[in-house]
Amino acid sequence: MKLSHIDKLESESIHIIREVASEFDNPVMLYSIGKDSSVMLHLAQKAFYPSKIPFKLMHIDTTWKFKEMINFRDETAKKYNLDLLVHINKEGVANNINPISSGSKIHTDVMKTQSLIQALDKYQFDAAFGGARRDEEKSRAKERIFSFRDKKHRWDPKNQKPELWNLFNTNIDKGESVRVFPLSNWTEIDIWQYIYQENIQLVPLYFSKIRSIIRRNDMMIMVDDDRLKIKENEKIEQKKVRFRTLGCYPLTAAVESDATTVEEIIIELLESKYSERQGRLIDNDQIGSMEKKKQEGYF
Amino acid sequence: MDIETFFQNQNNKKQLKILTCGSVDDGKSTLIGRLLFDSKNIYSDQLSQTKIESEKYGTQGKQIDLALLIDGLQAEREQGITIDVAYRYFETKKCKFIIADTPGHEEYTRNMVTGASNSDVGIILVDATKGILDQTKRHTFILSLLGIENIIVAVNKMDLINYDEKKFKDIISSFKKFSSEFNFNLQKFIPISALVGDNVFQKNSNITWYNEKSLIDELEEISLNEPIEEEIFSLPVQFVNRSSSDFRGYSGTITSGKIKVNDEVQVFSSKEKIKIIKILTPKGESDFAIKGQAVTLTLDKEVDISRGDLLCSVKNHNYFLSDQFASHIIWMNKEQMIPERNYIFKFLNFQTIGKITDLVHKININSFEKIASKFLNLNEIAYVKVALNKNTIFNAYKNNKKLGSFVIIDQFNNQTVGAGVIEHELRRASNISWHQMSINKNLRSSINGQKPCVLWFTGLSGSGKSTIANIIEQKLHKLGKHTYLLDGDNVRHGLNKDLGFTDVDRVENIRRISEVSRLMVDAGLITIVSFISPFKSERKMARRLVEIDEFIEIYVDTSIEECEKRDPKGLYKKARSGKLKNFTGIDSNYEIPSSPEIILETKIKSAEELADEVILYLKQYNKI
Repeated sequence: MKLSHIDKLESESIHIIREVASEFDNPVMLYSIGKDSSVMLHLAQKAFYPSKIPFKLMHIDTTWKFKEMINFRDETAKKYNLDLLVHINKEGVANNINPISSGSKIHTDVMKTQSLIQALDKYQFDAAFGGARRDEEKSRAKERIFSFRDKKHRWDPKNQKPELWNLFNTNIDKGESVRVFPLSNWTEIDIWQYIYQENIQLVPLYFSKIRSIIRRNDMMIMVDDDRLKIKENEKIEQKKVRFRTLGCYPLTAAVESDATTVEEIIIELLESKYSERQGRLIDNDQIGSMEKKKQEGYF
Repeated sequence: MDIETFFQNQNNKKQLKILTCGSVDDGKSTLIGRLLFDSKNIYSDQLSQTKIESEKYGTQGKQIDLALLIDGLQAEREQGITIDVAYRYFETKKCKFIIADTPGHEEYTRNMVTGASNSDVGIILVDATKGILDQTKRHTFILSLLGIENIIVAVNKMDLINYDEKKFKDIISSFKKFSSEFNFNLQKFIPISALVGDNVFQKNSNITWYNEKSLIDELEEISLNEPIEEEIFSLPVQFVNRSSSDFRGYSGTITSGKIKVNDEVQVFSSKEKIKIIKILTPKGESDFAIKGQAVTLTLDKEVDISRGDLLCSVKNHNYFLSDQFASHIIWMNKEQMIPERNYIFKFLNFQTIGKITDLVHKININSFEKIASKFLNLNEIAYVKVALNKNTIFNAYKNNKKLGSFVIIDQFNNQTVGAGVIEHELRRASNISWHQMSINKNLRSSINGQKPCVLWFTGLSGSGKSTIANIIEQKLHKLGKHTYLLDGDNVRHGLNKDLGFTDVDRVENIRRISEVSRLMVDAGLITIVSFISPFKSERKMARRLVEIDEFIEIYVDTSIEECEKRDPKGLYKKARSGKLKNFTGIDSNYEIPSSPEIILETKIKSAEELADEVILYLKQYNKI
């Protein structure tokens, strides 16, 4: 018997998840409802089987997620009896910060980055799992698996601790924390292959169906509720679309697709010419924008 | 396409982790860009992004600069160098590759070691226009030190030397000359041009005289030696799973060999034998599991096993339980490594305090020469002896990489400051055991009606340590207490007269005094130590040698300006004029204690009053 590439990735991730449970007092798993988070959650369940996951999950809710995401989140928590926290930046809501009139940059900063920092401070978590992968984006390629954050949750890319073998330096002072990325070495195709083989349930938005969309800034945006005001020159179209990544609905571009199953998505992916983050507005603002956001505390 | 066939193919692909060594001038980033580009692992939005960036930062004129696909962080893009380890992913029909991309300059040796620690294959880039350089030797040495068995020497920029066969052959023979002592399983030489693409994926007609495989074909054919069948079983226990009352499992990743249900194994620390009842693998319950799998095992009886222990075969194992070993280490921090200083040593599932007791020699990584040294600087590699505070389970690195490696962590700022590979165990410690004497510390001190302790004075030269310490000893003497005062200057006339004032000597100075004060406490004495003792870590070391409540750190708080004004021995004057080197507070650092038991502020009170404060403290804590 030999371990396949996916088998190796699976065991590596489980090892990382167990290491955090062993070495930290108060870890949390950040659950974003997307496909990577779903895989991460599945791995955590395996890591501690037959026991329950020995830490909480947390969703940073910007209040602008697709409705289907929120439904899926609540169903999943119920189905697996998960200890799920939901955090919303109330100040941001009070100041009417939103992705449409505030713009993607301010919205992401206040409702995601600041909100995450608020929640981490509130619950005093010393380790937070994230589902980010190194193949997603250039600045992620240099991220450690155990990535240190100072008391203000900042990332210093020039001062990262060397990470050798599977030896993770888990020593931190009070108030400091680490972000842990168990899926660091997975690629997008690995994630889909694993979802298929393990039959992992996903938000239906990943699968194509007829949805109401408008075209804005060269992207197809789904009309998920009436907060998205339709401008005069825009019209609602019915298109067969799906999403390659999920985020706040006014910032997430749909792609035209016929893929309605995981198999079809994989085939589509193999023929695709575009990377998955292309559908995310925040990365295109400026060169190196992800790197800047990460230094400020973004995942 | 049939999806099942696709998965079958995917599952048959082997995983290969490669390290690319070479500097930016050798075309390393260009080579990786080429691998990604030719294997069609670049999406068109990434490519168009790179086109935009090529116009802004590129070095290839109008052409797309493949290196820019690779250099991740913004600052690096602007400087045109790679300063960290980046991981890249691409796949071909036969193989899934993970590339660790590390810089090649000497000042980034630690990054290369980091990349090499997880790699199966090393690609050493040689610039054909320059031939074998010191850095080539350095890279080859590091690959061999980190136990990498397969290397490919890619002679790049062949297009710039007109694909000259003779020059290529000359490079091969000079490589072989210097590398003859290293033991690589596989060693290949390929002439390439990453810029043009010659011999990376495609064989190229430009190089008619080269009949061997292209770089990618060579990589795909490498077979990794994984002799699971012959290996003994080992599972370092990572996590004990017992959250429900009737379940107790031991979780960890198998680091060698295989295990079946009903196999008998031993708990290494206690040598207790147990039988495997259940094996839970990521794929569910199974009759067996192999190296690399993260499993949970249940056993036939309840035994004492915790994180840090090892489950392994009963026979023929080659593990050690010891507190000392010999090792090669690389130093990864700007602050020097000083022998006898305490650090955290982190192993796969265990960490403990320890120190480097002997720096046997350091190694010039360009010439492989062995050099004597008292300390290590950033990026230096040395052969050392390590002593730990606790017994630890380990193996030689050549037998088991996962259980033969460790990292060194600074206990104050938690930085990872070094890494090491274990060569062999040292048995010295186990031959000298403690003799239990009939008369012990308590009996000795009870005669005097006192509890022994160390009053450890620390502070700048001229702060008033010795004056206050002297008054305290007189007062204790009057009270009929047995004391001894160890004074910095006095001890340097005898026990420590061989030591100077460099950081290394200061550490050794304090180590000896700490050991002497431990003996004096054992003798039942109230021991007064009056030394500048400028470093936190040495004071912490002294504290650890005695019981928790036996160490009383007294910080004599006098500002440097005040000390300099008093200057009782005229030393500050000498230091300022440059006649005295390494003087604390002037050109050598003093680290203020963060939580001393007592702080004495000399500006407010007299030495007499401050001495009384210390006496009061001793009474309050029932020392006298």
